Amino acid sequence: MNMALTNEIIKTRLADKFGDELKGWEEPYGLLTFFSDKNLNLKVLQFLYDDPELKFRFMTDLCAVHYPLNAGAELAVVYHLHNLVDNIRIRYKIFTDINKPDVFSASALYSAANWMERETYDFYGVNFIGHPNLKRILNVDEMDYFPLRKEYPLEDQMRTDKDDEMFGRT
Amino acid sequence: MPRPVQYNIHNKPLEIPIAVGDAPDGYTGVGFFASKLSDVVGLARKNSIWPLPFATSCCGIEFMALMGSHYDLARFGSERVSFSPRQCDLLMVMGTIAKKMAPIVKQVYLQMAEPRWVLAMGACASSGGIFDTYSVLQGIDQVIPVDVYVPGCPPRPEAVLDGFMKIQELVGKEDLRRRDSDRYKDLMKSYGIQ
Repeated sequence: MNMALTNEIIKTRLADKFGDELKGWEEPYGLLTFFSDKNLNLKVLQFLYDDPELKFRFMTDLCAVHYPLNAGAELAVVYHLHNLVDNIRIRYKIFTDINKPDVFSASALYSAANWMERETYDFYGVNFIGHPNLKRILNVDEMDYFPLRKEYPLEDQMRTDKDDEMFGRT
Repeated sequence: MPRPVQYNIHNKPLEIPIAVGDAPDGYTGVGFFASKLSDVVGLARKNSIWPLPFATSCCGIEFMALMGSHYDLARFGSERVSFSPRQCDLLMVMGTIAKKMAPIVKQVYLQMAEPRWVLAMGACASSGGIFDTYSVLQGIDQVIPVDVYVPGCPPRPEAVLDGFMKIQELVGKEDLRRRDSDRYKDLMKSYGIQ
């Protein structure tokens, strides 16, 4: 029986392979978190999947975050991976320019990424290169913007019967 | 020792007799009753409304209570809840309707035969409710005409019964020619329905 996988072992393993390419190491609430250049994402994910020691073969979540003040890297794409054998999770982020939100699709590696990338495209407009069917999944097909980007208001803009003053938002 | 079961110990006398419903105006004699056909049709329609529950969220749960033995919508002639729009008279929309769901609500409405009525149950179906957001339809009256709105979040079954009785009132008093009138046609046209 091997020694149980720990954050330190994962970090060492990744650092041996990728060196300084992986940055921003932190462990909020014990969850190992790091980021890298966006063009490296498939290499990192493939290594995490294939490595006989790491075995991160389950994608729990894939989502995006919009940081409007983070000029040049406004959109973050976040991968949550789970090693089901050792029951340990990690979080891997990449950042991309909102004006050119091209990110390689992980759907060939993790089938779970297929719909989650469509959702991320739907709400944030991240363009996943290599995705087999990148179209809206939750919102109406006619929608012509990406609603969770911060520049768009939450409220329905078609209403005429609500007085904004009454809702404290003038 | 078993508890003695007592109920109706303070018996309340009936204020008005409830055994017979309101009869339409007409002439009564020995063995006959003459009245307007439209009144009789209204009477028949309003006491055998077939509802189509279009339940998408918590209001639907409240509707289940309404159909149950305690509140018992069947007392009002609506025992038969149908899940085929083709056989229904009353579309009961209960719950949040997302914009993606809106064409389906409209489709169901279009599949119903005239005469048809619509009841919007709860804040979400009536106005979007708390969901003042880009993804939620701000009231089903944006896609189909609504006859009765029942407010509440969710409304109690009694409130829905009240709304249902309002529908019965509309159904019973409706002019048989209403659906042929220009006003009604204009209303349908405003929703893009032929």
